[in-house]
Amino acid sequence: MREKQVAVAAQSGPVVQSVVRVLKFDVAIAGGSFAGLAVARGLAQALGPDIKIGVIERADLATTSAGSDSRAFAIWAGTKKILEGLGVWDAVSSDAQVVTSIEISDSNIDDAFRPSRVTYDAHTKDGSPAAYIVPATSLQAALYKSVANDSSISWIAPADVDGMLLGEYSSELTLRDGRVISAQLTIAADGRNSKLRDDAGIKTIGWAYPQTGIVARVKFEEPHGGVAIQHFLPGGPFAILPLPNNRACITWSADKDEAARMTALDDDDFLAELDRRIGGRFGAIALDGPRQSWPLDVRIARRLIAPRFALVGDAAHGVHPIAGQGVNLALRDAAAMIEVLADAGRLGIDFGNGTHLERYQRWRRFDSTMSATLYDSLNRAFAVDNMVLRAGRGAALGVLDRLPSLKDFIIAEAAGVTGDLPKLARGCPV
Amino acid sequence: MTAPQQSGAPKSGAGDQTLDSEEVERFSRLASEWWNPTGKFRPLHQIGPPRLSFIRDSAVAQFGRDAKALRPLSGLTAIDIGCGGGLVAEPLARMGATVTAIDPSERNIAIAKSHAEPQGLTIDYRAARVEDLVAERRSFDIVACLEVVEHVPDPARFVAECVALVAPGGIAVFSTLNRTLKAWALAIVGAEYVLGWLPRGTHQWDRFITPEELGQYVRAAGLADTHFEGITYNPLQDVWTRNPDTGVNYLMSARKRHSA
Repeated sequence: MREKQVAVAAQSGPVVQSVVRVLKFDVAIAGGSFAGLAVARGLAQALGPDIKIGVIERADLATTSAGSDSRAFAIWAGTKKILEGLGVWDAVSSDAQVVTSIEISDSNIDDAFRPSRVTYDAHTKDGSPAAYIVPATSLQAALYKSVANDSSISWIAPADVDGMLLGEYSSELTLRDGRVISAQLTIAADGRNSKLRDDAGIKTIGWAYPQTGIVARVKFEEPHGGVAIQHFLPGGPFAILPLPNNRACITWSADKDEAARMTALDDDDFLAELDRRIGGRFGAIALDGPRQSWPLDVRIARRLIAPRFALVGDAAHGVHPIAGQGVNLALRDAAAMIEVLADAGRLGIDFGNGTHLERYQRWRRFDSTMSATLYDSLNRAFAVDNMVLRAGRGAALGVLDRLPSLKDFIIAEAAGVTGDLPKLARGCPV
Repeated sequence: MTAPQQSGAPKSGAGDQTLDSEEVERFSRLASEWWNPTGKFRPLHQIGPPRLSFIRDSAVAQFGRDAKALRPLSGLTAIDIGCGGGLVAEPLARMGATVTAIDPSERNIAIAKSHAEPQGLTIDYRAARVEDLVAERRSFDIVACLEVVEHVPDPARFVAECVALVAPGGIAVFSTLNRTLKAWALAIVGAEYVLGWLPRGTHQWDRFITPEELGQYVRAAGLADTHFEGITYNPLQDVWTRNPDTGVNYLMSARKRHSA
């Protein structure tokens, strides 16, 4: 890290001078969650030790406790390849559950018999698993561990960003404590409500769903056998994501009133409601972690880049969690960003000014928009309890079940193993 | 919107020809134009990556460096002949080379300087001609001369002057346009008249040089091991890539043997 002391005259007062500490980096990454950490890791791997990366994070990641998050994600095959390439999969794998099959159904919760409309054999063409379920805390911890002691990466945490200036020669973040982070490029990985995205003048399209996301970790009495279940209830999708040791993460989108009722329940009554929806399939259930809930919305950035600025992860596309695509999209963003910056950096091209940022935007915009709209329409199609619609959905899913090649395609597409993929998602080094 | 400025008046040492501030302002505005990847110099930004990777890969092969490093050219000297706004000189400097960059136009040199300085890039920019540096007996590990030979009246002589600047064991890289029907159709009719990428009259077809001619010029001047590659435009992806097809835009590298 190069530090430069610049004397500037204070705005008021006669001869008072304050000293501003300017920290200079090649690339600054605002936000230390999945996408931000993955980009930092990948750039350090590809361009270290000469590259200088600054990561600005609000929380002190070294001391943040791990037990406070019950979320789990479906990590699709292409995303697993990215994590392998980043060298973090090994640390995650002991906490990861292979998904053996995926069941989708849309019965009412009170139906005694619940035919599953589609059962996917959750394997890609080469026979490897299409998806794993990974706890959020394991993924975060593994990514953090991979970068915590990297000499290419400087941690500016805990720190709050006050403002951003996208200049001709550098992008500058002013921190609340007065320090200035100057870099050729600022990458905003600061989440779906990205403040930096707004500061850069990038507009979003989006809407709020009249739904609340509820997440709980449970332990089953009977083995789940690795089956992932997506149950489309009228209030919203209810997913059972299997975890090792007979545990599971329940990810449930309920309409607001129902969700308010559920979150107000004590643990026993909450478990009884879960049991009704799971239908007693895996025997008795017990809570195995904190219950969490939050309002659901979609927020897609209209552009992914501005001069000396780019968006990754939820800052670029906060999607509905219906298929757990958020973290997969975030890591695919990271893989594409790592590749375009490695290619540019190795040619001596300014990280913040060149056609490589357009290449990133072209590469990622289609995928993120497609995912957002696909999952939005799935959610809407299933969120209506209407006999006719249900019959139509049933027919559509029934047809889907009988067309193996289309199913293969959908599995491959969701798994991120088709199309023009970044090298990391293809299992190649950058 | 600029980087923090050091306070204090500009130095005015004896004999120092400083530009007045209005001039500096004007040049830095022009520099912004040169360096805007979506502006009127967009074609130069688009052909940047294939050109730079050709230079880098030629140097990496010759000097035994790592193409994946951030500074593969560190410790090497390079000259960019006909540097314009510095679109090649700056990347060469970031790749670690000690860079001299010349252009006959004082204006281009002022523009290039005004862009490199705020980034802390050290590049020796000079308004000079190749023969000036030859007269000074300068030599460089890497001599780059891109998109210039098709504009000079006596390319054989010009190329020989460039080659005189190559240090023993060093390399020269040239890029230009081939004198083919396809080049006339794409580079003149297409780029200048149909697409308007370049001002009309930028190129004269009869000044284009074939790879055979360019190869002869450098061999006559003492280089060996000529290697040719084309760069072609993919209109669907809107990108330029390296390609064996030397029919329109092409690059050539050649080596100067260590003296016996």
